[in-house]
Amino acid sequence: MKFKRSMVLVSNDPQSVRLGANAVFSQFQKELAAFELTDEVALSQFSESERSDALPMVIIYPEASAYGPVKESDVHRIVEEHLYKGRIVQDLLAPVKELSGQVRWLEGRKGTLPMEHRIITRRVGRIDPENIEEYIAEDGYQALAKALSMTPMQVIEELEASGLQGRGGAGFPAGRKWRFVAGAEGAKKYVVCNADESEPGTFKDRVIMEGDPHSIIEAMTIAAYAIGAEEGYIYVRGEYKLVQNRLLRAIEQAKEFGLLGQNIMETGFNFTLHVHSGAGAYVCGEETALLESIEGKRGEPRARPPYPTTHGLWGKPTLVNNVETLANVPPILLNGAQWYRSFGAPSSPGTKCYTIMGNVNFRGLIEVPMGITLREVIAIYGQGMKDGATFKLAQTGGSSGSIIPASLQDTPMDFESFKKAGVSLGSGALLICDERTCVVDLVYTLSKFFQFESCGKCTPCRLGTQHLHETIGRMTRAEASPEELQQIEEMVTEMERVSNCGLGQTAGTPFRNMMKHFREEVDAHVIEKICPAGVCSMIPEPVLE
Amino acid sequence: MSRTTDAVDLTAIVTAAIEKHGRRPDAFIPILLEIDEQYGYVPGEAIRLVRKSVNRPEEQVMVSEGQLYGLASFYDMLATEKTGRHVVRFCESAPCHVQGGRELWKALQETLNLKAGETDTNSRFTLKTVSCLGVCGVGPVLLIDDDLYGNVTPEQLNDILARYE
Repeated sequence: MKFKRSMVLVSNDPQSVRLGANAVFSQFQKELAAFELTDEVALSQFSESERSDALPMVIIYPEASAYGPVKESDVHRIVEEHLYKGRIVQDLLAPVKELSGQVRWLEGRKGTLPMEHRIITRRVGRIDPENIEEYIAEDGYQALAKALSMTPMQVIEELEASGLQGRGGAGFPAGRKWRFVAGAEGAKKYVVCNADESEPGTFKDRVIMEGDPHSIIEAMTIAAYAIGAEEGYIYVRGEYKLVQNRLLRAIEQAKEFGLLGQNIMETGFNFTLHVHSGAGAYVCGEETALLESIEGKRGEPRARPPYPTTHGLWGKPTLVNNVETLANVPPILLNGAQWYRSFGAPSSPGTKCYTIMGNVNFRGLIEVPMGITLREVIAIYGQGMKDGATFKLAQTGGSSGSIIPASLQDTPMDFESFKKAGVSLGSGALLICDERTCVVDLVYTLSKFFQFESCGKCTPCRLGTQHLHETIGRMTRAEASPEELQQIEEMVTEMERVSNCGLGQTAGTPFRNMMKHFREEVDAHVIEKICPAGVCSMIPEPVLE
Repeated sequence: MSRTTDAVDLTAIVTAAIEKHGRRPDAFIPILLEIDEQYGYVPGEAIRLVRKSVNRPEEQVMVSEGQLYGLASFYDMLATEKTGRHVVRFCESAPCHVQGGRELWKALQETLNLKAGETDTNSRFTLKTVSCLGVCGVGPVLLIDDDLYGNVTPEQLNDILARYE
């Protein structure tokens, strides 16, 4: 396969064709040949533009510049300026839509086809995860050495300056959390890594820990130094046996090399690290439930406040960070906050790992700058929809994530833009569904998960998740009435307000997204009693006498 | 790994598990996991043995049998009842569901003639559903004992199940 440095996509939906897209396409063929760029630039078509205001549209990667409306006579300039000389033709760009934000593309991406930029997964698949020497040869433990030469407060300040946000789903500023724990009263403190990755569809933490276990150990040691802790736990979900074994082995090796345990790097700093296995409970991903579980109890979330930053493990101040958040720490300390801020969007610096699944041609893990759009993810990394089907919706962040309709696929994926659009980025799972998916059936599956995983401690969640699941089930069997739906909407609002933890608070999100973005399909199930996608049975269950 | 609960010394398993993980509260769940793995499930007798060993009022560690049973019933990886020789776990999360899991689940129940949670009469298979196993890139996914099968289609089921006696 020949390596192309750029890719040109010309829209060819019916409206674009009516407005002359085919002439634009053949003009590109001619101009690319005239500039002898055919070997370097790929030319293709795309069909699902939501930008009816700017058709025909031309998108050029890796810059992701969107031109439109493009006339046949504009093509010469675009090829000469953009593709031949490398200058974006500003006056032909499609008007920027609200929410699109300013995505800064990486230096390293210029002149190549769009590719991932790997900061935290850069060693995954390249080094032997069971050999500490390979990790050290790839800059391993240098950030720890640097951190130990700084004061704990300088470490925290560097992290704050980087703007790193927690990658567990909520996006809380990591540096601020570290500062809270560092400033909390008490001599004994703990560092805990939340590796209980159980959001359906999320497996980024598994890939990081399996492929680069030392990066987590190094990050936790730095965190311990910064907040003044001498003991830490990695809480790994029970099903991740390989992860547990790799971490245990890595800890042994780090101890042998004097990078963990007593008197680390001969600085007098001590840090002991344990690997703790979960036992199969989704709710333990909630940080206070996780702490309960380490303490040998049922994983039932605690009432908050007080927060773990002051009253955590065994009642002591505790720093709880997600795996992906921690994996960002060593590169930030090693290269500096300014370097880190050169990636991603200004309000959400850095990269983000996503797991792409569903009806796309490529499924797996990617690490990309914050702020790229769903359309780009599907077209470039997902290599398009499977069987050429039409994109219908994406579900982000596992079961508590949002359902993103096709109309929002140009929203940059960063915390701020998603919040503005009323959806959430969640934990980084992207379940891409085509038109053959029934949104009611999907929400039914999601609601079953919550019903099963509710810990049962608080009433709104225990009863609410079950009632929600049953009612959506009635929708799939043509039994639900519009009045019931109304009741459920009210109940979901109450669940969000009064549930004890995030599980109950977000269990209704898929349902609410469905009501907001797919009202017609819902009404078809409830009023006309048909399933437009032909997935639901729509056969009522026999009633017991 | 096939799980045989006959002719295994429960006391020896419990003793070894406690030896390995210690008696502190943060060892309770690891101990029970170890017993489940070795014995196939956590019987009431094991809970009594564990409690006797870890309950040490003189060191302010007070544990009841109910508390330990509460752990065994709460966590999904701990079984409180005897299972078949092989446990078939079907991932029922959304990613597997939209990638062909819907059809596979129907076929699996029909092939085994079991519903979720049931064990067949000759104790060969127990069928369970499980939340996401974190291998969604190859969904739909089936976990039989410790063997993970990805991209499973209904047509492959008979071949796969025939490997387990």
